Amino acid sequence: MKNDKDKSSKNAGKGNLSRRGFLRGAGLTTAGTVMLNSSVLAFESQPATGKAFGPDAVTIEMKVNGELKSLIVEPRTTLATALRDHLGLTGTKVVCDRGACSACTVWLDGRPVNSCMTLALDVGSRPVETIEGLAEGNELHPLQEAFIEHDASQCGYCTPGMIMSAAHLLKTNPNPTLQDVKKATRGNLCRCGTYPHVFKATLAAAKKMK
Amino acid sequence: MDTKKEKFPHGIPGYNLGEIEREIPAEDPPAWPINDELRVIGKRVPRLDARAKVTGEAKYTSDIQLPGMLYAKMLRANVAHAKILAIDTTLAEKLPGVHAVHLMHEMDDKDHLPMVKFVGQPIAGVAAESLDIAKEAIKLIKVKYDEKPFVIDLEDALDANAPLVYDEPIAEQRDGGDVGVVHDGSKGKGNLRGPSTSSFWGGPRGDVEKGFAEADVVVERTYRTQVHTHVPLETHGVVIDWKPEGMTVYASTQSTKGVRDELATYFDLPKSQVRVICQFMGGGFGAKHSAGTFGPMAATLSKKTGRPVWLMLDRQEEHLAEGNRPNSLHSLKIGAKKDGTLTAIQQKSHGTAGVALGAGVGRIAQILYECPNFTTEQYDVLTHAGPGAAWRAPGNVQGAFGVEQAIDELAEKLKIDPLTLRDKIDKSDVRKVERMRGAEKFGWSKRQPAGSSQGPVKKGMGMAQSTWPRFVHLDSSVEVKLYKDGAVEVRSGVQDIGTGTKTILAQVVAEELGLEVSDVTVRIGDTVFPDGPASGGSVVTGSITPPTRNAAYQVKLKLFDLVAKEWKTEANKLTVKDGMVVHMDDSSRKMTFKDALKSLRTGHISVLASRGDDYGGFQQSWGLAYGDLGSVQFAEVTVDTQTGLIKVDRIVAAHSCARPLNIGQLESQINGGVIQGVSYALYEARVMDKGTGHFINANVDQYKMPYAMEIPEIESILVEEYPAQSSTDAYGIAEPANIATAAAIANAVYNAIGVRIFEIPITPASILNALNKDYE
Ligand code: FES
Ligand code: FES
Repeated sequence: MKNDKDKSSKNAGKGNLSRRGFLRGAGLTTAGTVMLNSSVLAFESQPATGKAFGPDAVTIEMKVNGELKSLIVEPRTTLATALRDHLGLTGTKVVCDRGACSACTVWLDGRPVNSCMTLALDVGSRPVETIEGLAEGNELHPLQEAFIEHDASQCGYCTPGMIMSAAHLLKTNPNPTLQDVKKATRGNLCRCGTYPHVFKATLAAAKKMK
Repeated sequence: MDTKKEKFPHGIPGYNLGEIEREIPAEDPPAWPINDELRVIGKRVPRLDARAKVTGEAKYTSDIQLPGMLYAKMLRANVAHAKILAIDTTLAEKLPGVHAVHLMHEMDDKDHLPMVKFVGQPIAGVAAESLDIAKEAIKLIKVKYDEKPFVIDLEDALDANAPLVYDEPIAEQRDGGDVGVVHDGSKGKGNLRGPSTSSFWGGPRGDVEKGFAEADVVVERTYRTQVHTHVPLETHGVVIDWKPEGMTVYASTQSTKGVRDELATYFDLPKSQVRVICQFMGGGFGAKHSAGTFGPMAATLSKKTGRPVWLMLDRQEEHLAEGNRPNSLHSLKIGAKKDGTLTAIQQKSHGTAGVALGAGVGRIAQILYECPNFTTEQYDVLTHAGPGAAWRAPGNVQGAFGVEQAIDELAEKLKIDPLTLRDKIDKSDVRKVERMRGAEKFGWSKRQPAGSSQGPVKKGMGMAQSTWPRFVHLDSSVEVKLYKDGAVEVRSGVQDIGTGTKTILAQVVAEELGLEVSDVTVRIGDTVFPDGPASGGSVVTGSITPPTRNAAYQVKLKLFDLVAKEWKTEANKLTVKDGMVVHMDDSSRKMTFKDALKSLRTGHISVLASRGDDYGGFQQSWGLAYGDLGSVQFAEVTVDTQTGLIKVDRIVAAHSCARPLNIGQLESQINGGVIQGVSYALYEARVMDKGTGHFINANVDQYKMPYAMEIPEIESILVEEYPAQSSTDAYGIAEPANIATAAAIANAVYNAIGVRIFEIPITPASILNALNKDYE
């Protein structure tokens, strides 16, 4: 409690490392480690090579939904902000901005990540896939179809993140159980309470995809 | 007004369905049969906007990006009570990328620096080229506070020496969203305001002293509920573009009309110059009816800069300042005769909605059961905390948590099954059917006596029920338009906040015109269209679907007139079926609906209709319909008495909303209400630091809500009921779905462990404490 007090009143001024800033720093390190351990490094053109960026904005290229985009970002710009505010891909939602709700889930190098906890500069050459890229042209992903059929969105604000989590499950596990679906979406918050229909829709889509 | 007589289905299919004759306005459509005989009404129709939602194409307010748009951020007080001595914005104004800084108080009273009364109170706003710059800029604003003592705890605030939240007299009267219980700020003194002693169902009745004297058993208990916040995934906010000819406002709101009216009044503009748009809305649950402080701030920043301004709150601001469900300290005394007949109910409550009024326990105690003697005293306690707001069945959720446990205790004392006791004291037919069907689906007969579950991990079953009025918002209008090319369009200002309003409007029109749902374009959520109802109090369906059907019917008659002329027959000989206009006497004479529209002389024909009075009238002329929205919920829980961990395994939720329109959407809303009820019962709570006045878990990571792993199995039962009150006979279900859950879970926990818990959230610690106390 004492710490909370200190944080809110005394340390609110400029220049202190906020907890969020700290976490984001941590996120960067982890992601860097992942890159070093994976073969993507071979395609690296930018970060994780020890090169320093900032404090000014820099131009980067990012492969999003199969297209190479060029954008100018500051070192503090998150992937979520880059997608939403710079590329107009507003399907990805920011809800907690702190890695706690998964509304901002996108696939980075084929794996679901919280884009609010990933820095744009840290993406490098790894491909990013967002909800906008899930359908093949006009043809919806079977999970999107199932979400429609089973009424798995109410307000729909959690839906893009929920789908990106569940669709990743379907990609890696063609025979998921209810428990698998729950595990795959366990980080996704839905305040409207669509969970039961999300479970149904995901299991139904798995069946259809066989 | 010309009227005609019309026979309507009346009652509950499978129980007491019959027919009733009503005198209705001559221009209204004939009665619909029950859902079994309809084509698209009462079916599982996919949401019209589901595709936009699953592809990420749906544009919510937070997603709006306009050319030249600036991002705004508000500076909020980080002390609970203070006089502001000085605000210095120099550094913020100098930061590159900042376009405007505005001080909150300058909108009302330029000459006096304001008092701060809660952590999170808005002080200033900044508009900048990016959100990051705006965030940086507000950190550069220096505020000098003269801090004062504050009080944030309900009971501390009642102390005679407690710091006062308001030292000036309070004139405000407010209905707090529990509609009808007036919270009168001018009554009372210090931080204690009220009491409210009446609702629109009247005031005290009978003589409680006499009632208790006649009682064979009495239950007297005090219940506590916590403050919790709405946490809509999309926060409150707006994007405002104020041009000389008027302002366009994109708002995340439950009431486009409400936001327009507030902004027009605030800036002294004609309503025609404020256009409010809400196409997709990321959740509200009661808190999003107003333009708030962020609305006027964004508008002012837009005016100052001549550019559109995006101002969405962040998660912390949302928790701190944009509403919560007030807590309650709720004392109940209920007396009954040996046979279960209630003789008296006495209720008293205190609750805090922070700096606002509106903390009550609703009308559940007053009206759910027959009881000749009743009094209530509901007090507001002011504290230095963020203002409360309506939250899905305001007041009544707190009230039901107490009442439905007390009724269970009474049943136990009387050695009567809780369902049997309710059969005796509850006069509602719908709830009777819900109890029957619910008990069967749930397997109520397997319920064991309280505390008899063996072993350390115990199972329990419980139930609870609720009532919510059938409200109607009379200022609800809609236009149905037929175009020469065959297009059909519905237009209304009403917004779809995720409940499925768009889809049910299309269903109603499709049913009436003999078309498919996909043939109907629905344009809503924009104040350029006729005013629709606000999405609150579960009023939308009951308010807007009857005029929608009436408008569709009347525009169809206009079309029939044209076709009849062409066919040289009478318009009343025509009907629609499967996309065709057909002659009733000669089914070979037909043409497609589309072709029929080619005969229009103008580009379109349209009819605008507004909500009329209910068939058979209202209980109260402002729009209180007869009957209620009853629900009965059953809960099964597992409690681990070694760790205190509770898991809700299953909920059976039996509900009624008169004529159900869209089964999938109704189930979704019931799931949502139940899950929020589970969350309220077991998990979430605002945690305040008494030393600083800060809300310390104002985020998502420490504000515990249920995620996938905590979701019980939920089965819903929809009991169809035909009250014959309007051309659609349909009502909403949002509030009812949320009222009984926490009480049902509390009753199930008692059944599992044999010790009753009177406070939510029921955490592992509270289970262990209760068991230990019992053991001692
Ligand atoms: S917004 Fe990224 S996890 Fe919540
Ligand atoms: S559908 Fe509204 S938050 Fe999930």
